[in-house]
Amino acid sequence: MFTATELNIRNQKIERRVKLLFLLMTILLVIPVILILGVLVYEGGPLISVDFLLTDPKDGMTAGGIFPALVGTIWLVIVALLVSVPIGVAAALYLSEYARDNWLTRVINLAIINLAGVPSIVHALFGVGAFVLFFGFGTSILAASLTLAVMTLPVVIVSTREALQAVPQAFREACWNMGATRWQTIRHVVLPNSVSGILTGVILEVSRTAGETAPIMFTGAAFFLPFLPQTVLDQTMAMSLHLFVVSTQVPGVPEQLPFSVALVLIAIVLTMNSISIAFRIYLRGKKKW
Amino acid sequence: MDRQPSPAIDTQDLNLWYGTFQALFDVNLKIKSGLITSLIGPSGCGKTTFLRCINRINERLGYVRTTGSIEVLGHDIYAPEVELIQVRKLVGMVFQRPNPLPLSIRENILFGFRTHNAGKKITKSDEDQIVEDALKRVLLWDTVSSRLHHSATHLSLEEQQKLCIARLLPVKPAVLLMDEPCSALDPRATEAVEELIWELRGDFTILIVTHNMAQARRASDECIFMLLGKVIEHGLTEDVFISPEHKETADYIEGRYG
Ligand SMILES: Nc1ncnc2c1ncn2[C@@H]1O[C@H](COP(=O)(O)OP(=O)(O)OP(=O)(O)O)[C@@H](O)[C@H]1O
Ligand SMILES: [Mg+2]
Repeated sequence: MFTATELNIRNQKIERRVKLLFLLMTILLVIPVILILGVLVYEGGPLISVDFLLTDPKDGMTAGGIFPALVGTIWLVIVALLVSVPIGVAAALYLSEYARDNWLTRVINLAIINLAGVPSIVHALFGVGAFVLFFGFGTSILAASLTLAVMTLPVVIVSTREALQAVPQAFREACWNMGATRWQTIRHVVLPNSVSGILTGVILEVSRTAGETAPIMFTGAAFFLPFLPQTVLDQTMAMSLHLFVVSTQVPGVPEQLPFSVALVLIAIVLTMNSISIAFRIYLRGKKKW
Repeated sequence: MDRQPSPAIDTQDLNLWYGTFQALFDVNLKIKSGLITSLIGPSGCGKTTFLRCINRINERLGYVRTTGSIEVLGHDIYAPEVELIQVRKLVGMVFQRPNPLPLSIRENILFGFRTHNAGKKITKSDEDQIVEDALKRVLLWDTVSSRLHHSATHLSLEEQQKLCIARLLPVKPAVLLMDEPCSALDPRATEAVEELIWELRGDFTILIVTHNMAQARRASDECIFMLLGKVIEHGLTEDVFISPEHKETADYIEGRYG
């Protein structure tokens, strides 16, 4: 009575094949990641040492370490964050908590989404025009970071808005009904419950920023500078550009060096992502609903 | 009705549109002070909409338009000089799904009070007193007094709903609006919350939306029946249930509409 019919058997077959197909796709996806990491560690690993991280490049960048580039990347990222986070979060708060749903907000939303899709080289040119030339910051950390900030702003806004919208509307209504203003509602209920999402979005953004080359290439990153930046108006080396340079621009670089630089760059990104995930887990544990 | 002191809520020709859709038609109601008035009617007839007019929360939606007037305790709440915050202080609202804030029980009770007294110095013992009074008033003190610092969202639904009533009390509202306050609760919890609402009778003017005929019947003084955005009948609950004036009311009460 309960034996499989022909149709059942056919469906089971299809089911198995579909599952296998999806599994294969997943494996295909994972393989490159593992290969990349594997090659990087295998080729670049041996060169990495504390010395490599903490000394200047030598002999026309064919030897020595990456210290100025590492420091430069940290500078660029921090300054970019200091600019994009306050602006992005404020804009997201406005759009999700204050703005009414009318054509103007819809246009703004559309603009933000489109801005997120603009290629980074376009942002780079904008950065040259606006920050380097028009505002007269010259090629400097400031100009490069502002360019990065402009580039990351849309994503910061979108991810912040998603985090805000994950806070149930019922909480807001409860607050308003008790006579709280929007700001009181945001401060006491919305932000505390969305901060984990906001931070995760921001940190993921940062890691992306750290790896960008085009936007900083013309605006503030230098091929080679044997000293560290002192102010935001100085030029700086940066990991991503350094990688580009040692892989393609300088002759006589030992084969492993670019791999080592890439490995450090990826390690930075992965570390930041892990921090972001750890943070999310920690804050989610504290969430009260 | 004539001997009654002025009504707590008095609406005149209240009309409301969501965009182009008219949800309320010429609502004229006088809701008596200190009594429990139940609001019944089929789904979508505008009960929630009406309730939300009385604390002006509908306006959050940009596309809502109202005409007519609503007076609460004799004051027009749609007058230009009216401060919304003050309206909401006087008119508290309880929702269908209990919605305690994701804070501790104590913080929930104090939230409204603090927003209305920001900048004033309040001692911790004053706050303790406020929390205790409010929780006692909703018959919750004995069960939660030992865990005031626990999260309110871990309470049972019944306790959450009671807490949602309690947190309105510290700012001394006159009107409590309740939108199907028991519909997320099981029968026993429903009974407990109903008892509580009956407990509060006299001190507050209570307007309660319900789909539960038995609840409307046993737990309200007056009853309003709405249909398609219009008030069909408003009278003493017994009259509405025993000898309704309109055929639609009778049909609804006997369960002939959804
Ligand atoms: N935000 C809104 N935007 C547009 N139309 C709405 C909105 N809220 C309610 N309506 C419409 O207004 C009418 C009345 O809705 P309302 O929620 O007041 O009914 P209700 O009597 O509370 O129903 P229920 O018993 O299901 O809660 C319905 O036709 C509904 O579709
Ligand atoms: Mg409703």
